[in-house]
Amino acid sequence: MKTVYIIIRKEFKQIFRNKAMIPIIFVLPLLQLVILSNAATYEVKDIQIGYVDYDHSISSRKLIENIKGSSYFENPIYYESAAQAEEAILKDKIELVIEIPQDFEKNIIQANYPKVAVRVNAIDGASAGVQNVYIQQIISNFNKHIRLESYNPAQQSLNYSSIESVTSFWYNQNLNYKTLMVPGILVLIITMLTLFLSSMNIVREKEIGTLEQINVTPIKKWQFIVGKLFPFWVIGLMLLSIGLLIAKLIFNTPMLGSNMLIYAYTSLYLLLILGMGLLISNFTDTQQQAMFIAWFFVVIFILMSGLFTPIESMPIWAQNFTQLNPVAYFVEMMRMIMLKGSTFQDTGVIFMKTFIYALVMNFLAVWSYQKKN
Amino acid sequence: MQVSLQISDISKSFKDLKALKHISLEVRENELFGLIGPDGAGKTTLFRILASLLLPDEGQANVAGFDVIKDYKQLRKNIGYMPGKFSLYQDLTVEENLNFFATIFNSSIEENYDLIKDIYVQIEPFKKRKAGDLSGGMKQKLALSCALIHKPKVLFLDEPTTGVDPVSRNEFWGMLKKLQKKGITIFVSTPYMDEAALCDRIAFINQGEILQVDTPSAIVKNFAKQVLNIQTPSIYKALRVLGSYQHTHSIYPFGESLHYMDSRKDFDWNEVLNHLKNEEIKDVEGELISPEIEDVFMELSRN
Repeated sequence: MKTVYIIIRKEFKQIFRNKAMIPIIFVLPLLQLVILSNAATYEVKDIQIGYVDYDHSISSRKLIENIKGSSYFENPIYYESAAQAEEAILKDKIELVIEIPQDFEKNIIQANYPKVAVRVNAIDGASAGVQNVYIQQIISNFNKHIRLESYNPAQQSLNYSSIESVTSFWYNQNLNYKTLMVPGILVLIITMLTLFLSSMNIVREKEIGTLEQINVTPIKKWQFIVGKLFPFWVIGLMLLSIGLLIAKLIFNTPMLGSNMLIYAYTSLYLLLILGMGLLISNFTDTQQQAMFIAWFFVVIFILMSGLFTPIESMPIWAQNFTQLNPVAYFVEMMRMIMLKGSTFQDTGVIFMKTFIYALVMNFLAVWSYQKKN
Repeated sequence: MQVSLQISDISKSFKDLKALKHISLEVRENELFGLIGPDGAGKTTLFRILASLLLPDEGQANVAGFDVIKDYKQLRKNIGYMPGKFSLYQDLTVEENLNFFATIFNSSIEENYDLIKDIYVQIEPFKKRKAGDLSGGMKQKLALSCALIHKPKVLFLDEPTTGVDPVSRNEFWGMLKKLQKKGITIFVSTPYMDEAALCDRIAFINQGEILQVDTPSAIVKNFAKQVLNIQTPSIYKALRVLGSYQHTHSIYPFGESLHYMDSRKDFDWNEVLNHLKNEEIKDVEGELISPEIEDVFMELSRN
């Protein structure tokens, strides 16, 4: 135990003696947390919209008024012809155009399936989808009002019946993106830093040759591994603490669940990540190699973590892959505990999976460490 | 005398390269033993096997009574190893490095201070300085101190003087002699032939094979050939002329002169000098000298 303590003390000395290390560990991640959480939102606002009105009727004007009244859209720009509007889309002046054909009002009155055309610039598919949803909402609202106006109480037989849906967003009532993003980005930062630092740290001893000197001492392998990795376990938990504090103070992220549970899970999760770091360092000889390999995995883990695109919408093979993605577990866990207030009973399955994963990973890491050295 | 280091029939290959071919050696207790050979001869490979860092393909080795494979745990407590490349923590201070290695051996600087005192006092004024900021000679002294701090029975020094200036090299060998008096067996490798003379016994190694083992004086004394030292301003030309001379046994540059050996048992060296003069090489001077260790090595590695 004394040996482990000596190695840990040496490690901390080295980490904090490196002048670049303090900002890398504590300042940059938090800047990332603050900046990314504010910047990475799916919200689409201030959309430039154009319209072509061939009908020039009261109804068509009313529809345009409705668009004007929406907070999502800028004031609609009028174009005389569809061709002109199309050119405006080409030149990126507007994002979408709504075209109201002749006889729009006439068709409404005659209940003759009135139509409008909506063209959306889909270069950016995600925001095009959102824009389409917004415009559909406005049109369907407009639709409802027509029905009410044309509804004649004397006429008992209703031509239409419609279902109105009332949506309520659980666990995030206002669909606040920061509430969603902050726990997720915190997860990314913790994962990235601990994986990079741990894998590079062990390789460093190989690269400068100090491992050779260590190997002729009576230090046992497990002592060395524990001594090398423990500091990063502590740093990971420190990062979590600072991140949670920022989430609370700056973003006012809800924290419904138990903080103890978050710490308990993160402790376990860090073991998994550190095992992965050790595994990477076993198969590399320089810090540069370790960095690139760690980077390769981190990018995949992040993009497939469910933070930026929902796992449910991935193809089946990709969904199966996320079973092996630790970041996906951590993101889900953080959201469940913080936003939903899940307890240990609710999260037991993820706990178990992470535990087994960590066990396997560390077994592989220690096994390959013994083989390689 | 007791044997401190016993190497029998050790072989090691790296893919196609045979780094060590059936090496056998014995080093006696409290001996200063030198392993002499050029770069790539297999010195470091042998050191790493003896320090239990590398497994041999074949053969056995025993250091201070411990088998390098079976008893490696005990072995590591009883040896000090200083690799050729500086392998201490550059971002820790002199004192921190020494303390670290002392404590992992369950010892302390105070406990074995008398052993490292002569060396450590020279770097003590810089004990708060980071190891990475030390000069080459200082680094070497620190590395030696760290290798000695747990009072090893056998000290392995792999090319300790490579890249060190001549004054520091002399000083270093002086320190080794002192350590030897304190009862430590020292196994040192070097590519410098002039250092060989400072060892009790030496082994020549080349291309993974031990060529000869003996005391430096015996090695020189038993050398049968005569060496002609030739000095001339046009060394390169003379080298070429003698390279195609019918009686040449060997010719190679040695510092600023040439060393020549004749293939005949007895020869008149004036004949050789005349041959050079006939080939229009001016200002040729020559004298017969007693062979040095390098001459012996050159001769041995020719075969």
